[in-house]
Amino acid sequence: MLSIKNLHASVEDKEILKGINLEIKAGEVHAIMGPNGAGKSTLSSIIAGNENYEVSEGEIILEGEDISELAPEERAHKGVFLSFQYPVEIPGVSVTNFIKTAINESRKARGEEDMPANEMLKLIREKSELLEMDRKFLSRSLNEGFSGGEKKRNEIFQMAMLEPKLAILDETDSGLDIDALRIVANGVNKLKNEKNAVLVITHYQRLLDYIVPDFVHVLMDGKIVKSGDASLALELEEKGYDWIKNELV
Amino acid sequence: MELKEKLISSFMAFEEKIADVNNDLHDIRTSAIKNFENKGFPTKKEEAWKYTSLNAILKNDFSVFAKNENTVEFAEVKKYFLNDVDTYKVIFIDGKFSSYLSSTTHDGLDVCLMSSALTKPKYKMVIDEYFNKIANSDDSLTSLNTAFSHEGAYVNIPKSKVVEKPIEIIYFSTGSEAALMTQPRNLIVVGENSHVQIVERHQSLNNNPVLTNSVTEIFAKKRAIADYYKIQNDLQTANLIDNTYISQKQDSHVSVHTFSFGGNITRNNLNFYHQGEHIDSTLKGITIIGDKQHVDHYTLVQHATPNCESHQNYKTILDGNSTGVFNGKIFVEKEAQKTDAFQQNNNILLSDKATINAKPQLEIFADDVKCSHGCTIGQLDENAMFYMQQRGIGKKEAKALLMYAFTSEVTNSVKIPELRAKIARIIADKLGVNMGFDL
Repeated sequence: MLSIKNLHASVEDKEILKGINLEIKAGEVHAIMGPNGAGKSTLSSIIAGNENYEVSEGEIILEGEDISELAPEERAHKGVFLSFQYPVEIPGVSVTNFIKTAINESRKARGEEDMPANEMLKLIREKSELLEMDRKFLSRSLNEGFSGGEKKRNEIFQMAMLEPKLAILDETDSGLDIDALRIVANGVNKLKNEKNAVLVITHYQRLLDYIVPDFVHVLMDGKIVKSGDASLALELEEKGYDWIKNELV
Repeated sequence: MELKEKLISSFMAFEEKIADVNNDLHDIRTSAIKNFENKGFPTKKEEAWKYTSLNAILKNDFSVFAKNENTVEFAEVKKYFLNDVDTYKVIFIDGKFSSYLSSTTHDGLDVCLMSSALTKPKYKMVIDEYFNKIANSDDSLTSLNTAFSHEGAYVNIPKSKVVEKPIEIIYFSTGSEAALMTQPRNLIVVGENSHVQIVERHQSLNNNPVLTNSVTEIFAKKRAIADYYKIQNDLQTANLIDNTYISQKQDSHVSVHTFSFGGNITRNNLNFYHQGEHIDSTLKGITIIGDKQHVDHYTLVQHATPNCESHQNYKTILDGNSTGVFNGKIFVEKEAQKTDAFQQNNNILLSDKATINAKPQLEIFADDVKCSHGCTIGQLDENAMFYMQQRGIGKKEAKALLMYAFTSEVTNSVKIPELRAKIARIIADKLGVNMGFDL
């Protein structure tokens, strides 16, 4: 599904990623953990195509195609979805209108017709129920005045609507109370299947109790320094990141 | 001959031609032309015109009257009307009334012509009481308009009348003159407890230069509600100086929305005067321009009485070499305690060569008031762009969606749904996108 090879990236001449290698297959859940400032959010932004970062070396291959030169919307059309750590408020555009536009822009890019209105409504109803979202919520301006939990739930709602091949969840657990965390994780688990993959970026192990990863990678100072299975996350929770630092020395 | 001299020397001929013999009017016009003669066209040396120069446009050899009666086919101009809703229409072609395109009334209210109102005895009382009563007789361009005041829309609504149909006032220029200057004059009187919605538009039909110097006086009596919408989406050869004066009595609500998308140089002088308590005034505008376009909003709210509110919200998006000006003056007199005056002006610059001059001006002489103003100048939010692109929305559409969002506070307060849809379409068109939904 996704293959990242020797990825180096910088922002304003400061190198943040220093040779990342990562292999994610369809049907897998990967988690990237690491201390603050390790480059976790940078990695997710770069996979999604944020133009503020400069990729100086390496490749990002999605289903056999190098996407590292593509615009963010082109990557989205190919099935990359990033759930933002800080979703942006867009006053004046409702949740419904935004997701309609997003879906139809993707369909247009793939040479398909707009989704028929009744089909769209049905899908919106189905997916908003999955995320236990109030109907009134859908007519509100996108993210405007939303609580932290509502913003994250809305991100996963959009993910459910867009059905991406690769979903990157960037610190989705931050700002979530335990009920919202359960709803969001449940949503992600229901959407998970053999054909897609999930990359969870998180500082804490908490979310991984609900979305259980097949692989856990530790990112430190721009490099993946250790990989393992779900038990690695528990070990990190217990021992902290210094344990790895010491081990590396 | 320079335009100023041409106008002054045409004045006598003009009065003879229209022959609405009325000594009061003659006196008003004569003193107005004298004031214009003394002051001339404003220059950048005047503080109020610091950012807007008329020099370049005044070099055109404008005709001051259209020589011929011109007609246009409805099909040609249909798109400029609100077609999805029934309206009264007062339509002018090259400054002259077009009965063919109009739909006036005297049935329970008067929606008709200034030229009739100025001459027919039955309107004399209203004209004596309201005509030229709040228009600033000191202002040179207003004086110029007053001197040549003859044609325009006359709307008089008796008390306790909710006017169901919006009123459209449209001035078309056919371009039959190589260059044409017109002086439209509107008078709107809204009776006690009455409610009216008015849409005004100036539209050139070809690329011959036009200079419109318009004056509108609006009187809102006690508890009256008036919603006035100005659509400025003219060709880039058209210039507009709009002078609007509003007088409000106690408990009245007046809103003016100005949508400036077209034109070469547009200057909006919008003045609100309060005469009574619990008055509510709303001034909102959206400006989206590019190329070398220039739009100048010069607003004044004169809070003279206690317990009144004013709300201003102007959004500007500038591209290319365009220039925007926002000069918002709020004057709170000593007696105007408990005033609540709010002013907001947000500007987005899409190009390095676009300029905005924003100048909030608050002069407060009362000590128990709430006045706030905020002014921002920025670019489109890059994070928001990335967010939308990440969801599959292309750069151009994402940009348009953000601009829609930026202007939505203003579009959402348009109370005529058909007009709101029309403005959304004009904005989408202006941004070169089809958003697939209306705001």
